[in-house]
Amino acid sequence: MSVTMKEIEKKEAQLREGVERTRARRVYIPSVDIIEREEDIVLVADMPGVDDKSLDIVLEKDTLTIDGRVEEAIPEGHRLAVSQYGIGDYHRVFTLSDEIDKERINATVKHGVLRLTLPKTEAVKTRKIPVRAEA
Amino acid sequence: MIWTERNYNNGFMESWRELERMSNALSRLSGRTAHEFPLINMWVDAESVTITSEIPGIDADEIEISVVGKSLSLRGSRKQDEMKDNEAYHRRERWNGRFSKTVELPFNVQTDRVDAKFSKGVLSITLPRAEVEKPKKIDIKSE
Repeated sequence: MSVTMKEIEKKEAQLREGVERTRARRVYIPSVDIIEREEDIVLVADMPGVDDKSLDIVLEKDTLTIDGRVEEAIPEGHRLAVSQYGIGDYHRVFTLSDEIDKERINATVKHGVLRLTLPKTEAVKTRKIPVRAEA
Repeated sequence: MIWTERNYNNGFMESWRELERMSNALSRLSGRTAHEFPLINMWVDAESVTITSEIPGIDADEIEISVVGKSLSLRGSRKQDEMKDNEAYHRRERWNGRFSKTVELPFNVQTDRVDAKFSKGVLSITLPRAEVEKPKKIDIKSE
């Protein structure tokens, strides 16, 4: 079989001591990919159950906070026979460097995946220096 | 009136749940709760079974669902973002690639009446129990 077996788990977010949430829900850390490209940095986060209406992205100074609310849909009168994942909200915080052009951040969500594009400021864009071979 | 709900609770289902309990207890001991991708939840009542799974980032038509007897298989793949030469990962936590997972159902189902929905990256499959296996209600006549 050419199938690659992978084991995954959903990680619960750790709260700072003394901090309580107002919603009695579990909170998970979304898995992310962060890719640096020439013009921008792309942050991709898996947040199944979240759409544009239940997602909050807040940028305050250098802190980028991603919050997603998930409503649990329990089939009526059923009991949970197998439970491999928990359902709950998402929360994750990132610190951005000054190199991000905060005015042009773009966010889209599709099929439960958030895609944030963080454009670099003009000053930090990598410049490629062409190297000529001398004859 | 007798509701034979016990029917789907004994035999296979019980031993299988026992196994699940044991494996859960083991993974708690080792501090791990990882399962093969994708993770599933299964909801059961006397009439049907509902399986939900989180498979974000792929299109509904990229998920292949098949039912054979009491086995349900989920197959599909998620492609990685294509990278160019001057691009680099700072973090790489999301899964990608092909997946194939088989789930044992607690009873036989009506394969022609399976209902699957995919919304916001969450797959939900409802499979009605086969008529012959449904618990029967027995009416008691009063004299």
